[in-house]
Amino acid sequence: MAARTQPLTRWPGSFAAILVGILVLACLAAVLLRAEGGRGLGPSDWAAVRFTLVQAGLSALISVALAVPVARALARRRFAGRGALITLLGAPFILPVIIAVLGLLQVFGRSGWISQGLGWLGLEPVQIYGLHGVVLAHVFFNLPLATRLILQAWQEIPAERFRLAASLGAGPRAMWQLLEWPMLRQVLPGALALVFAICLTSFTVALTLGGGPKATTIELAIYQAFRFDFDLGRAALLSILQIVLTATAGFMALRFSVPATFGGGLDRLVRRWDGHTRRARIGDTVVIVLALGFLALPLLAVVLSGLAGIGDLPLSVFRAALVSVGVSALSTVVLLGLAIPMAVTVSLSRGGMVEMAGLLGLAASPLVLGIGLFVILNPWTDPVALALAVTALVNAVMALPFALRILVPRARQVVAQHGRLGVSLGMAGRAFLWRVMIPGMRAQIGFSAGLGAALSMGDLGVVMLFADPDHATLPLQIYRLMGAYRMEQAQGAALLLLVLSVGVFWALDRGGRWHAEA
Amino acid sequence: MLRLEDVKMANGTFRLAADLTVPAGQKIAVIGPSGAGKSTLIETIAGFLPVFGGRILWGDTDLTKVGPGQRPLAILFQDGNLFPHLSVADNVGLGLRPDGRLNRHQRDAVARAIARVGLDGLETRAPAALSGGQQSRAALARVLVQARPLLLLDEPFAALGPALKDEMLDLVSELVRETGASLLMVSHDPKDARRITDQVVVVMQGQVFKPQPTGALLDNPPEALKAYLGGGNS
Repeated sequence: MAARTQPLTRWPGSFAAILVGILVLACLAAVLLRAEGGRGLGPSDWAAVRFTLVQAGLSALISVALAVPVARALARRRFAGRGALITLLGAPFILPVIIAVLGLLQVFGRSGWISQGLGWLGLEPVQIYGLHGVVLAHVFFNLPLATRLILQAWQEIPAERFRLAASLGAGPRAMWQLLEWPMLRQVLPGALALVFAICLTSFTVALTLGGGPKATTIELAIYQAFRFDFDLGRAALLSILQIVLTATAGFMALRFSVPATFGGGLDRLVRRWDGHTRRARIGDTVVIVLALGFLALPLLAVVLSGLAGIGDLPLSVFRAALVSVGVSALSTVVLLGLAIPMAVTVSLSRGGMVEMAGLLGLAASPLVLGIGLFVILNPWTDPVALALAVTALVNAVMALPFALRILVPRARQVVAQHGRLGVSLGMAGRAFLWRVMIPGMRAQIGFSAGLGAALSMGDLGVVMLFADPDHATLPLQIYRLMGAYRMEQAQGAALLLLVLSVGVFWALDRGGRWHAEA
Repeated sequence: MLRLEDVKMANGTFRLAADLTVPAGQKIAVIGPSGAGKSTLIETIAGFLPVFGGRILWGDTDLTKVGPGQRPLAILFQDGNLFPHLSVADNVGLGLRPDGRLNRHQRDAVARAIARVGLDGLETRAPAALSGGQQSRAALARVLVQARPLLLLDEPFAALGPALKDEMLDLVSELVRETGASLLMVSHDPKDARRITDQVVVVMQGQVFKPQPTGALLDNPPEALKAYLGGGNS
């Protein structure tokens, strides 16, 4: 059609979606073709499948069960720092897993704070390695996520209902039956499915706190088959299992359709007339203090021990930090290069196929993509030489669903508000993109760039498949230092990584909002 | 001269037909009940809605397949006529160059237009820092630099108070007289039509009726229009 009534064209986004689709599907196909029976899946592989399901199930149940009282306490209490605490609940999303593991070790580990306390009482130290350590770490990451989801649902109960219930003299039990349980029944399945799906592809946690035949996830088994047994066929076979599981769980999580929890809106407080009893007040306070302690103590431990270790970091750590910054920058550029055109295309129409392509990252796990890329690249070139580029690319694809979720609603808004005016002024195309669309989406672009950069900065996954001793990213270098029992240096490096991850997120997010208007 | 030759329009399931000529320099009000298709007519002429039959002509040029930005017209919508992140001068400059790269002559023209609508000194303001009336003036300054021979107004002043709206209509009237442009203006208020237009086009019952002199039509409206206009007003 010669006449253009849309301010922008669709093809760049469609093209980006096709690229993502081809990349992910080609990786899956490569894995499928490369999977061979050989000696098939042994008992240890099936043990990994079982462990994966058990730990994900437990992590989901415990995270969500604990999140309910925390969300309830946050929904009905007003206190100084409530907003900051809710913001803190969003922090684990960008927190590198290896940092959390180090922090948890210092609090819950054999020689950690709790074990020391028990020692003074003449008790045995606690054990963190194995199933309960893996679940502990997953709860650390997903309790905040589940709390935010449930808190949001709680706050979406209209204030009028609480007023009505209060006017009817509803006590805690009646309040629960009338308002809270119906709401929870809506939101809990989605929260469970989401946490379960996230924990299915757990790699770093299993690598550091699990391991051994009894505590190996599929993702970890893929890595071991590939790296230690050089058994690509078995790694591919395990990858197929992983794809089936993640795709099923991802589909489940989507079906229960959990609302997006990014962005603000959670510091609103619904006025309530219940929970004024002494018992409720004390209960809520205890819950909030415990949750805060559980989340903040490991981070505090990282900062305290990191300050002690950051003085004498070896040069290798700084080299690795430089590499990580480079990988993160490349990954962010790729992410935005894909996500912005895709968001534009989705905003111009229903964009079903483009949206689907954006979600493909959820169906594959990072290591499955990594194995696929290895199979594809190996005949042509040395995958090890491309380790960092591959890492950046996989990081970008994994961050794509989140970026789209942030960008698409705003892109729709900009097109709806300014599309016709732009077209009537003959701005359709480049002028509209650079003068209206991008400036209008600046805050969202900054936010998704910050998320993407921080996720990539802290990622320890694909890089483990390909890395050689000379090309470590910072998370990998921390892992190596831990493996060499140089804990002080690992802790110092972890603080450096924390500063980099939080710093890059802050700078990009802030940069997007700086001087932003309307 | 704008000509709609047996044009068939649609907006969703809504259908509208028009056969209409707007002579150069004519000022015409488009009136009719809510939902009768006034905006559909304006948006079709502007090129935002497709034509399902007939042709839209400007002189001898067929506009039917021409994109909205390439048609010889300027349009003001009900709202969102300024980009909130651009200054007044930048917004006005878009009327000359969509990419905003103005040369010195063009910058002078922008300054003159801003002065003409009475906004001198406010060039660097963001739209949010202007009053409603000033925002309308800024949009009119852009219409001025666009210098298109046809101006379409889809009730851009509906949100202004009565006195301010009259002020804007008078400004529009002056501007089209100075530039010799034709005006096609949607209105809910017969008083607006009387204030600045010579002729009225009634949109009703799926039809766009031929232009008639404003005063005569409003003084003695046909039966079907009476109900909409209400008894004994204007």
